[in-house]
Amino acid sequence: MAIKVLDRKPLSLAERTYLPQIISGLGITLRNMLKPPVTLQYPEEKPVIPKGYRGVPTLVKDPNGREKCVSCQLCEFVCPPKAIRITPGEIADPENPHVEKAPKDFELNMLRCIYCGLCEEVCPEEAIVLQDLYSLNSEAREEIVLHKDKLYELGGTLPDKHFKWDKKKKAAEDAASGDSH
Amino acid sequence: MDWIDLLITLLKAVVVVVIVMTISGYSVVGERKVSSWVQGRVGPNRTTIPLLGSIPVIGKLLTRWGIFQLPADGAKFLFKEEPLPDHVNKFYYNLAPIISFLPPMIILTVLPFGQYVKDGVSSAVALTQTDVGILFVMAVSSLGVYGLILAGWAANSKFPFLGGIRASSQMISYELCIGLSLLPVFMWTGGTLDLFAVVQAQGGVLFGESFGLPKWFIFSQPLSALLYLVALFAETNRLPFDMPESETDLVGGFHTEYGAFKFGLFFVGEYAHMAIGSALFSIIFLGGWSIPFLPLSAYPEGILGAVLSVLVLAAKTIFLIFFYMWIRWTLPRFRYDQVMNLGWKILLPLAVANLVAYAIVMAFMPGL
Repeated sequence: MAIKVLDRKPLSLAERTYLPQIISGLGITLRNMLKPPVTLQYPEEKPVIPKGYRGVPTLVKDPNGREKCVSCQLCEFVCPPKAIRITPGEIADPENPHVEKAPKDFELNMLRCIYCGLCEEVCPEEAIVLQDLYSLNSEAREEIVLHKDKLYELGGTLPDKHFKWDKKKKAAEDAASGDSH
Repeated sequence: MDWIDLLITLLKAVVVVVIVMTISGYSVVGERKVSSWVQGRVGPNRTTIPLLGSIPVIGKLLTRWGIFQLPADGAKFLFKEEPLPDHVNKFYYNLAPIISFLPPMIILTVLPFGQYVKDGVSSAVALTQTDVGILFVMAVSSLGVYGLILAGWAANSKFPFLGGIRASSQMISYELCIGLSLLPVFMWTGGTLDLFAVVQAQGGVLFGESFGLPKWFIFSQPLSALLYLVALFAETNRLPFDMPESETDLVGGFHTEYGAFKFGLFFVGEYAHMAIGSALFSIIFLGGWSIPFLPLSAYPEGILGAVLSVLVLAAKTIFLIFFYMWIRWTLPRFRYDQVMNLGWKILLPLAVANLVAYAIVMAFMPGL
């Protein structure tokens, strides 16, 4: 590659006085002053939450309104700051006889949570999801420790293509009718 | 002097002080606003006063402009705990904010704010009109540094002490330049030191109608104006010359040990200094209350003309205060040795050369 020798000019008199530079600098700051502000007026204007944002972990229900969590406790074990504590429980729901387990209590201590998203990653049922809730505050520490009902309230229902319990029900019915594959 | 005269004079003084204090107080808010505009922010826009803020349109607008920020800040300074560190020299520690606040207020007494024309004779709208005008201003304004030095010394700890030392050396270096850069102006006006006469000399058009410049000293003596402006920035300790304060390397400089209202006094004192400096620059170099291309006799007689002239001067002063803030966000601050180099090796020789050049020109072209 050919070497290109650049001409290093000494500073001209105008440059050494700094005045032209100061004037052009004033121009830049003036242009900045006339631009509209880039900040949000926060409590009134909310930021747009990007896709894949890791907000507060929440429990979600499937489109039939059933709990997805089966209290396998994988999230509890993977959670690095040990923010999750699950009390597993059986459920005997006559409506959904194929749903076997659900947490009796799902305690998520948001004072410990580091929003790492490992619980979402490890969950085999896609039951715990970090959604777009970013502002969690309260006047009492107890209220920051979220429990099952609050977590389901925050999570709501997410679209779901699996319909796991419907498939299980169908499989059980097929087995009962003696049509086994 | 009658006691009524005394009362009127006192009333005038109170009015002037109140107006100037309001301007310098609001330049604090202005500083925050301008800073945030430059940085793409909005600035103080939420502080509100319960009843005033709920007036339909105006209240909202005033809140948005941050008009209520000043009373809030002032009240905050008043209600804060007044700390008095154990290790300070109590007398001078308390004296310093007052001393640094007083000079701008004293300078107010001799500044002409406008002109009042009656029966074809114009006189200055001022608290007093003295022949020594500018001499008095320079003498008093350089006293301002004593406040900073005292504060730095009385605080009895290292950072304020360094700030005080820097304040004094900076003031000495740039005081010379201020004096030398102003001399040609007063030579041009025929040796008078009266500020009113300086403005009178700036009405009309420079070098005849065809040349097309107002007869302001900034056009006839641009170098003097530049030198004075730079030195003024240094005198008022504004960025890029914020050596006494230099919050980047000296915590808060001379006012590190101060809090609550004493700090507020330093703060408002600095802005009052800025306001007075801006007024001085407008009077000496920007033609005072003269409107470009119009002779000073264009002002109507009586109160109307007086008010108009005061407003014109105020507009120029406020623009210059804005210019201070504008510069603050344009230039990075100097290092201490650069400040000294600029002052002694560049500004001072330039000021001397400028003085000599104008002296020669005036000697050979007496009709200028």
